[in-house]
Amino acid sequence: MTGYEWIIPVVLTVITAATPLVFAGIGELVTEKSGVLNLGIEGMMLVGAVTAFVTATVTGNYFLAVIAAAASGAFMAFLFGILTLSLMANQVATGLALTLFGVGISALIGQDFVGEPVQAISKLNIAGLSDIPIIGQILFGQDPLVYLSFIMAIVVSWFLYKTKAGLILRAVGDSHDAAHSIGYSVIAIRYLAVMFGGAMSGIGGAYLSLAYTPMWAENMTAGRGWIALALIVFATWKPSLVVVGAYMFGGITILQLHAQAAGFDVPSQILSMLPYVATIVVLVIISKDESRIRKHAPACIGKIFHPAA
Amino acid sequence: MLLKIEKRPEASQLMVYATPILALILTIITGTVLFQLLGVDPVEGLRNFFIKPIDNTYGATELFVKATPLILCAIGLSVGFRANVWNIGAEGQLTLGAIFGGGVFVYFHDVDSVFLLPLMVVMGAIGGALWAAIPAFLKTRFNANEILTSLMLVYVALLILSLLVHGSWRDPDGFNFPESRLFSESATMPILLEGTRLHFGTIIALFAVLGTWIMLSKTLIGFQIKVIGAAPKAGGYAGFSQKKIVWFSLLFGGAMAGIAGVSEVSGPVGQLLPSISPGYGFTAIIVAFLGRLHPVGIVFAGLLMALTYLGGETAQINLGLPVAVTGVFQGMILFFLLACDVLVNFRFRFTLFGKAAS
Amino acid sequence: MKLKHVVSLIGAAAVAGSMLLAGTASAEEKVGFVYVGPIGDHGWSYRHDVGRLAVEKEFGDKVKTTYVESVKEGPDSERVIRQLAADGHKIIFTTSFGFMNPTMKVAKQFPNVKFEHATGYKRSKNLSTYSSRFYEGRYVVGKIAGKMTKSNIIGYVGSFPIPEVVRGINAVALAARSVNPDVQIKVAWVNTWYDPGKEGDAAKALIDQGADIILQHTDSPAPLQVAEARGVWAVGQASDMTKFAPKAQLTAIIDDWDGYYVARVKAALDGSWKSSDIWGGFKSGMVKLAPYNAAMPADVVKLATETQAAIEDGSLKPFAGPFNKQDGTEAVAAGSELDDGVLLGMDWYVEGVAGKLPK
Repeated sequence: MTGYEWIIPVVLTVITAATPLVFAGIGELVTEKSGVLNLGIEGMMLVGAVTAFVTATVTGNYFLAVIAAAASGAFMAFLFGILTLSLMANQVATGLALTLFGVGISALIGQDFVGEPVQAISKLNIAGLSDIPIIGQILFGQDPLVYLSFIMAIVVSWFLYKTKAGLILRAVGDSHDAAHSIGYSVIAIRYLAVMFGGAMSGIGGAYLSLAYTPMWAENMTAGRGWIALALIVFATWKPSLVVVGAYMFGGITILQLHAQAAGFDVPSQILSMLPYVATIVVLVIISKDESRIRKHAPACIGKIFHPAA
Repeated sequence: MLLKIEKRPEASQLMVYATPILALILTIITGTVLFQLLGVDPVEGLRNFFIKPIDNTYGATELFVKATPLILCAIGLSVGFRANVWNIGAEGQLTLGAIFGGGVFVYFHDVDSVFLLPLMVVMGAIGGALWAAIPAFLKTRFNANEILTSLMLVYVALLILSLLVHGSWRDPDGFNFPESRLFSESATMPILLEGTRLHFGTIIALFAVLGTWIMLSKTLIGFQIKVIGAAPKAGGYAGFSQKKIVWFSLLFGGAMAGIAGVSEVSGPVGQLLPSISPGYGFTAIIVAFLGRLHPVGIVFAGLLMALTYLGGETAQINLGLPVAVTGVFQGMILFFLLACDVLVNFRFRFTLFGKAAS
Repeated sequence: MKLKHVVSLIGAAAVAGSMLLAGTASAEEKVGFVYVGPIGDHGWSYRHDVGRLAVEKEFGDKVKTTYVESVKEGPDSERVIRQLAADGHKIIFTTSFGFMNPTMKVAKQFPNVKFEHATGYKRSKNLSTYSSRFYEGRYVVGKIAGKMTKSNIIGYVGSFPIPEVVRGINAVALAARSVNPDVQIKVAWVNTWYDPGKEGDAAKALIDQGADIILQHTDSPAPLQVAEARGVWAVGQASDMTKFAPKAQLTAIIDDWDGYYVARVKAALDGSWKSSDIWGGFKSGMVKLAPYNAAMPADVVKLATETQAAIEDGSLKPFAGPFNKQDGTEAVAAGSELDDGVLLGMDWYVEGVAGKLPK
């Protein structure tokens, strides 16, 4: 022991705890950037989790399982889109209804798969590199989905701020009437953004049932969809900060468990509050700069769009 | 042929009443298909969901028992939602209401007084309002988004309750199980109908609905809330203080949720437990919007939502359907209701070959 | 419509009605079960449902079982229990501690229906209580863990600090230290019965703090999966979870309600049912251990088997003195043992458990 080796397993644990939040958070961020608020993350994650699990069990193909999870999440989001974008139903209520629906339908699909384990998604061990002390395991010994979560965060960041399509998406979220008058199809763009969000939530769910805890159990997201939702606000709608937030939240959750195991003389309930309280405190600190939030928060969020003409 | 959705010049009064019926018809059709797929007689399925739970006095009163906390939370939330204040932490405010209200009993359990229950209700309202004051303060002072703060405080509130009932508030004769003493007669909501659980909390909820209705339609603050909600800039020009509205709507919503919490623990629960609410604070968000943020609409939405829960239980008992099916069905009912709502403000037009009919 | 037609219609309706009534009052008796979790939790509620299926199998057409899952503790449970009673169920099992007061209330209103409440302490003429001495299983597990650990640290994933869970931790500590006085138990509370991710994270934290055996009092197999992946030992909870951790699972403490449920339903059917308080352990078959891991050395298997036999025949009492509380003061003197009343409300740790019990 060189004294700091304990940090490796802790970081590895934090990565697994944070990755589903990164996926769901990045996806919902794109949805929100287009001006739509979908509170059905939990439901989409659960459907993704069960779809991935069933696909992996039946076919043994993990690549296919992740694709299927993304597709199922996108399909759930499509339902949400029909209601909120085409039929102009209230987004908040529809999102919550989507969660109720997702909890039920995932349990129904998965009922024959309870109590069956599945092999965890295998880790990439990049020859040579993952043997480097300390950083080797952390940087080069993860499963593919962890890398994908970072890639998606970078891609989404690049897309939103460096491409024309991203600019259009943000314009739709900031002022749908203006975007419409220039000639962009607000509804079509929002459908795509909403379905991208669903697909990412689906992959977040797949990470739960294939990597984090490789099994299917009803309601196994246990509220992570809500945390992902909070992280976007925390990140003031910036993709990179979603990743920071997810790792901070995951990190404090793990550290408080370590504090308990180390015998800290503080009630476990108080320690369990820490991730939530810390998120609030950090949000307060970063929110003081009002102009920055204005810059990134989509102005049209939650508002219904109907072309006047 | 193309389908076009057109905005009506003004909201259709007919559709306000017709859409729930349309949603009901759609639910019946889909329910028939769903039950058929599951091998259940559709007539029996629908009867168990919508009629059997309330075809007797006890069941009918249970509908109000279940709807009371939903309506209380939703009525409080609706005021904030009208003013674009996104309090999604009613569950936490409900919990603090239960802690403050129930705490009165824990410390004065040997007091037998007619003032005990009113004090508990007042403390419950204060507890809920105090918990909502945190997001209000952080929003107005530090610009911190209330979606995050109110949501995170839900988890903190649940852990505080857990700490108390696992710790110093345990029933001293309860073998250290995590429960408070059972509330005494004078700390319990009076029962309105002998032999049922219909309690005074329902009356409080109805007064809250009435009061909110009057507030929104007759008072200056109600007017300001509506103006700021419809057009924030216009409110600014008119000299309304956005901060004041944020404070008011959060405190009001918190107090209502707090009363819901204390009315649950001093009503059908009868003691403090680690889990006192099956997510009423979250379900109330649906209820608020399903009721179109209108006090009367919220009453109906709350009753309907309660009915789907009761129906789910009845379907499990009588038809052996797993809880998952009832969740799917509940989700679908909500989808239909929300989707049909479009007809209030919009109408469908069929156009031939893309040529506008008008 | 002519009067004759109306009369015949009424007549037809009456016949149909009486047929319906006859249908509900057929020979089969209804048995109800109320679960706190979904039966797909693979833990507590799942095991009770296995017991329900055993009842169905045993009595065939003579009974019809009903279950309601994911019933929230609090006001919902009272309505569900009452509805089962009102619907003509002869005997109703309510399977979570939080259902105690609701069951009590409904039992008062329906004196002819028999109620069975798991893990509570309130009884009446038509309300029995039953529970399982899981701590007997945990005591055997403690012996195994004491022998198998190399780091002398046993990790324990706790749900909530209630007496039931504390009792299990203490049983493990006493047993482990009786074979290995250097053993320490480290506990991480996750404040939930069921969150696979968090349970797994707690197991990881405990392993990172040196634990090489993971025990749990939460519902999901996630801690076992973590143990399997990290190459440490673990013990399953409620069901045999060996599928999830074929290498890591030493054994599992199995809840077996089948025998009890069959016996109680039988008693309700033949009229011999009486209100009782059953707290069964190994002897009654309510607690079972899954087959031992083949990698367990023969002497440890022997020790475990002997310990179980001694508990079964009564020659070994897990909570017999002398032993100390966590702070070193004497809890029980030599020659005496803790009585069931103290065990039921246990809210202190014994020597060898690290950390402070949250209160």
